Amino acid sequence: MKIIVAIKQVPERDAQVRIDGSGKWIEESDVQYAMNESDAYALEEALQLKEKNGGEVIVLSAGPERVGTTIREALAKGADRAIHVDADDLGGKDALGVAQLLAEAIKPENPDLVLTGLQSDDLGYGQTGVILAELLNVPHASLILHVEKTGDGLKVKRELEAGWFQEIEVPLPAVLTIQSGGNKLRYATLMGIKKAKSKEMRVVNAAELNGAGAPVATLDGIALPQKQRSTQMIEGDAKQAAATLAEKLKFEVRVL
Amino acid sequence: MSGVWVVLEDRDGRVSRVSWEALAAGQALAAKAGLALHAAVVGAATEPLAKEASAKSVAKVARIEHALLERYTSDGYTAALHQFLASEKPEYVVFPHTYQVRDFAPALAARMNEVLISDVVGIDDGPTFKRQLMQGRLVGSYRHAGDGPCLISVQAGAFRAGAVEAGSAEVTTFAPTIEASQIRTKPGEPFRGSAQTVDLASAPMIVSVGRGIKEAENLPLVEELAGALGAELAASRPICDNGWLPMERQVGSSGQTVSPKLYLAIGISGAIQHLVGMKGSQCIVAINKDPDAPIFEVADYGIVGDLFEVVPALTEAIKAAKG
Repeated sequence: MKIIVAIKQVPERDAQVRIDGSGKWIEESDVQYAMNESDAYALEEALQLKEKNGGEVIVLSAGPERVGTTIREALAKGADRAIHVDADDLGGKDALGVAQLLAEAIKPENPDLVLTGLQSDDLGYGQTGVILAELLNVPHASLILHVEKTGDGLKVKRELEAGWFQEIEVPLPAVLTIQSGGNKLRYATLMGIKKAKSKEMRVVNAAELNGAGAPVATLDGIALPQKQRSTQMIEGDAKQAAATLAEKLKFEVRVL
Repeated sequence: MSGVWVVLEDRDGRVSRVSWEALAAGQALAAKAGLALHAAVVGAATEPLAKEASAKSVAKVARIEHALLERYTSDGYTAALHQFLASEKPEYVVFPHTYQVRDFAPALAARMNEVLISDVVGIDDGPTFKRQLMQGRLVGSYRHAGDGPCLISVQAGAFRAGAVEAGSAEVTTFAPTIEASQIRTKPGEPFRGSAQTVDLASAPMIVSVGRGIKEAENLPLVEELAGALGAELAASRPICDNGWLPMERQVGSSGQTVSPKLYLAIGISGAIQHLVGMKGSQCIVAINKDPDAPIFEVADYGIVGDLFEVVPALTEAIKAAKG
């Protein structure tokens, strides 16, 4: 199976964020970047499918030069080669615009399967995979925890809400969006890191792809969230704070 | 152009709670834009749902009905709703932000060269749509710039389910053209993951643990606290993903929804997916080292500090307070 895994580089989970001068995004120099979590699970699923069924795993990522480090990480974990859609202006695109770039990069490869995480940890649109399926005119299934190759297609386990699941038969080629937690993530080995340096990373300039028109959904600005409840912050060292909290639980919340 | 259409979803044969919340969002949007509010139900036998919907203060209820829509598939729903929207030409389409909607609405939007504005938590004048970014650390304001319908999905709990008054609406039926060959995937019967032996929903107190605990070996710290309180132990998704606690103890959109008297969140940053499962709790206490963690936005009491110091001290203090 030829599998393309679309991964996104996102600010690290616990990054402290400041709003930048434009008021539309965060101060990028403040933050460290990492592979989006559910995309890491998509990569893991792809590597396991290859180990079981043979084939090739190609990672695909769009973004500025810095996404190269995340691509190298995927190569070090075992992906065979990579495509980097080089673009500095993704912030101004909507989910459809980014998916159009990815679809254009995918089409010439004719993969059997495209995997991606179900949602990004930064923008959280949760749409790229599903839009990709529509643009590539192939079936899809979302929120997938487990993938099994059958005769000429796949049997996948989809997560529903509140502890329910469902099995779906999906013919190939297809797109799946992968939910976190279905597999255990592997670490890159030293050998893997060494090998990654010599693996092919093809850079495609986004301007050369048949990209999108004007965005349909535009981001006007970002702000810090408004508090939904008034929070009493309890000060003091750990011991004092714990004692104060216990008192409040006893006399204000009355649960002790 | 025909106003605001809200697409309702069923749960066990009834219109789901989040669908009523979506209808409330649609009502707010219709009022701002000066448009009529309508509701649509989709399926193979939609009469009971349509009956429920038509008893609300909406102008029209459409039954989008076809035998091939008996079981949900993305292909079936996308085709049916695409035809419906092409004929109705609404300004706005509102969905509840459910797993099902997430599975087809982005494709439906793309088919019309549109983009779903997903997981909306508020609607302002303009209209601009507010949605969370960076796991709830920021809120973005979005605007629709396309020529076609503006599609939005609404986060669970963001609008009040009871906000739409009773009424009596006209019911119409729309029969889409769908061929069996258009439905490419074959969905199976939904099943429960494992026997549910822990009923978090009825627990009066819950101690819930997140990534901040770092290692499975550190779990006894929170177990002791839960023991001292007489509380059930729960967790955010990553803890269950790692297999440190069973899935049945997970709180959030993919786990259980709880509203205990006391919810003590330890080392949980408060991603949206977790908050939707617990923000209805009567009292929320958060202990986290990051003062900017979104969990503090919903907390009644907060301690910014190292949980490895605060939690053992709290266990002792609770034991002492219980005397």
